[in-house]
Amino acid sequence: MMTDFWLHPSLILIVGGLLLPLVPRSLKKAFLVLVPVLTFADVLSMQGHGGTYAVTHFMDWTLTFGRVDSLAMVFAYIMTLMCVIGTIYGLHVDRDVEHIAAWFYVAGSLGVIFCGDYLVLFLFWELMAFSSVFLVWFRGRKQSLGAGYRYLLVHAFGGLLLLAGLILRYQATGGDLSFGPIGVDNPTLPTYLIMAGFILNAAVPPLHAWLPDAYAEATVSGSVFMCAFTTKTAVYALARAFAGMEILVPLGVIMALYGVVYAVLENDCRKLLAYHIISQVGYMVAGVGIGTQLAINGACAHAFAHILYKGLLFMGCGSVLQMTGKSKFTDLGALWSRMPRTFIFTLIGGLSISAFPLFSGFVSKSMVIAAGFESHRLWAGFLLLTASAGTFLHTGLKVPYFIWFGKNNCSQETLDKAVDPPRNMQVAMLIAAFLCIFIGCYTPFLYNMLPYPQAAADFHPYTPDHISETLQILLFTALGFFLFLKKLTPEPTISIDLDWFYRMGGRGFYWLAKKPIQWADTCVGQAYQVIGLIPLMATAKFWSWFDWEAIDGVVDGLARNVQGLGAKLRNVQNGQLQYNIIYAMTFVALVLVIFVFAGS
Amino acid sequence: MIAKTIAFLRQRLPLVIRWCYVLLAAVVAWDIAFVDKEEAHTAVEHLPGFWAIFGFVACVLIIVISKWFGHLGIMAREDYYDD
Repeated sequence: MMTDFWLHPSLILIVGGLLLPLVPRSLKKAFLVLVPVLTFADVLSMQGHGGTYAVTHFMDWTLTFGRVDSLAMVFAYIMTLMCVIGTIYGLHVDRDVEHIAAWFYVAGSLGVIFCGDYLVLFLFWELMAFSSVFLVWFRGRKQSLGAGYRYLLVHAFGGLLLLAGLILRYQATGGDLSFGPIGVDNPTLPTYLIMAGFILNAAVPPLHAWLPDAYAEATVSGSVFMCAFTTKTAVYALARAFAGMEILVPLGVIMALYGVVYAVLENDCRKLLAYHIISQVGYMVAGVGIGTQLAINGACAHAFAHILYKGLLFMGCGSVLQMTGKSKFTDLGALWSRMPRTFIFTLIGGLSISAFPLFSGFVSKSMVIAAGFESHRLWAGFLLLTASAGTFLHTGLKVPYFIWFGKNNCSQETLDKAVDPPRNMQVAMLIAAFLCIFIGCYTPFLYNMLPYPQAAADFHPYTPDHISETLQILLFTALGFFLFLKKLTPEPTISIDLDWFYRMGGRGFYWLAKKPIQWADTCVGQAYQVIGLIPLMATAKFWSWFDWEAIDGVVDGLARNVQGLGAKLRNVQNGQLQYNIIYAMTFVALVLVIFVFAGS
Repeated sequence: MIAKTIAFLRQRLPLVIRWCYVLLAAVVAWDIAFVDKEEAHTAVEHLPGFWAIFGFVACVLIIVISKWFGHLGIMAREDYYDD
């Protein structure tokens, strides 16, 4: 029974994360499952209790932490459910901080989903970026460090765009911070800046290259979290504020096709899946741009289905990486007899994303495409259907074929290590696979949750013409795949994407810092030695005398205390920026906890 | 059980392929003979087997265009970003 008391689900994850290191080892796994399950239960308890909760005042602003409505609920439901599945998948991970980073990341996402104003949104938006980056860094490879920093810098840029937009909007509207429909009919500079901040997180080209760069480099369980939260939280934010923004339709269609093209070229299975996130989020962005009830329902339904099947695909390919240490098609192949269960789970994910009848994508993707046709955007409908063929081509066919069948590129060591993953990983995949099929077979489960339930109830995906259309497209795509199999043989290459500009630009900056600036610094240093050092030594001698004679007695006691404190701080300040960030983030999380408690 | 089923099918691969062709033909035949196209959004959808042609052409175009694009210089050696 829900009362006026409202417990923010992010609080459970943040407090749970802070307590995790204190939990005895014997209870750790139970605690790891309990915290996300409690968070999910908290969200379930909100069903049918829409309203505004946890309103607090800070300086002149009214901050809303808990706006509960149908749009927020459908996203909160799937986010917390995915948190349960993702945590079960990562149960074998011993490193507490990896779980903490993942939970803080989900907490950031839930904070955005339930917030009612841009200030709270911004706070949680940044929490997401600053916690998820650890899921990349914890992979521990040299490349992970670089990918993590690039991820962080790009998101810091996106955050600045968002901040600039909300400040300008605050000024232009005379103090309006509310997070709702932004007025897409007369967009102004602040509208575009806020939209740019959102679409960067949704990975809309040309602001997308961070996604494949970071997700392919994340830890095995970290990528399962990352593939679900950042882009779909951005879709939620777009659906909340930018429904009907026309420019999102062509942007969404470009995304859908862009991801498909890069997926053809990709040799790393997790990077291929990452490119396909861009493609799939394209359908959602286009749906938001179309803006009709059916289209918004479609965007939400597709986000819901996508989180599950994409999580399942990342879990399947992650299992291969976990067990064999390989993720490139040119190092894999013919694993069907060694990892058969993982194959079946990945295949279910592939059939779901490809929108096969009886799988989840079929009942969600078709809503967006139907909305495109119904709003007389035939070009959008046809291009999105073309992208569907590409989806099946890569995720439904290329991924399973070149890992489990095809040419055996495995070394003996890879073959020896290739077995189905530990039980917890299989259980997580089983839950996700079951839900992918359940959603595809029993449509009311998802449709009743959508923001416009009546429009959803009027939509019937299982009509003969729709089934026939889908089967023809998919089965003849499969024919094309097998006829052109040689052309699709993976090549040991990487694909240059738009991150080239900042990766090479960064090198230019590094050169600038190393050569001309270093030279200038050396010159200044030498000049200082000549001009500055002699007077400095004279002054130092005087102060040394003064210190010896007068101050030592007073200060000695104080110095001992400072020394003690310094020794403690030295443990914290070990010179690694990543750790400084995690301490700062923990501090921010604590402040959030205090604020939300004050408001509830 | 999964591995055994796959092994069983692999041993009979020519037969499996033949059945796949039968399935493709059956889907197109069902579309032409029985599926009501009243809800079609465009005239081209009334062409017999339109979506089969659409799927096949889309697949081929995606492969050909992507590979052409990739070989323009987008696909680079794996150590491209290494110093």
